[in-house]
Amino acid sequence: MLDLIELGLFVALLTIGFFAGAIVEKQHYESIRKREREYADVLTFAVRFPPDRVTPQRAFLVHGTVVISSDYFKTFVAGLRNLFGGRVRSYETLMERARREALLRLKHDARRQGARLVICVRFETTTISTGWVASIEVFAFGTALIPERDAAPAIAPVLTPPAIPAV
Amino acid sequence: MLVTNLELVPGRRIVAHYGIVQGSTVRAKHVGKDIFAGLKNIVGGELKGYTELMQEAREEAIERMIAEAQSMGANAVLNVRFATTSIAAGAAEILAYGTAVQLDGN
Repeated sequence: MLDLIELGLFVALLTIGFFAGAIVEKQHYESIRKREREYADVLTFAVRFPPDRVTPQRAFLVHGTVVISSDYFKTFVAGLRNLFGGRVRSYETLMERARREALLRLKHDARRQGARLVICVRFETTTISTGWVASIEVFAFGTALIPERDAAPAIAPVLTPPAIPAV
Repeated sequence: MLVTNLELVPGRRIVAHYGIVQGSTVRAKHVGKDIFAGLKNIVGGELKGYTELMQEAREEAIERMIAEAQSMGANAVLNVRFATTSIAAGAAEILAYGTAVQLDGN
């Protein structure tokens, strides 16, 4: 009898994990795509050196972090995968979501402080043990650059249209 | 205090090196958050409590690193890196380190 309850609970958790997990993932991907379009004006590069080393620029560290958890069903499937080896698709999407989310938060941090360019972007990944189910933390960081003339305009540039000569 | 993970700052000259500075913090998980995370593990998705915890920990590590650099009289920390180590189940150390330097100008 107890075994039966245990089995029932396991199947129930698997079912909840499968449906709820799929909904959560779909919503997250939609939100990521939407925000990626929104933050398309913030450029991020992994290059170590700024394109212009001579012109004074304001430089500061920006970062974004996210802790994301797998669901019950995915963890179970990944566990099965462990027996045969090979590609674990369910975890691939998990990692991808986390990386894209962390990068989006980095872009948000940069834009909030007025930057449109982030270079030397690096990722750090940490596994956080929360019992049986895997959760991971992705931390993205980089250096935002703002050209000095944009950072503190001494005199606001005024664009005056060329005067039309009187005929 | 200028903090960056670049090796140089565009348009600025390094006039003095003070060596490595670091800041670290060890954090433990909150039981309540852990129970909530356990429930969230069934359906998946972001564990906001943990995101905040890591965020706070990193900011504290950066602040401590900056404090060390300031005590040396530096005005910038270059080449900043991060490292995370789990010490025991439920406790993690977050480390930020970099090179303290003096840049010319202000």
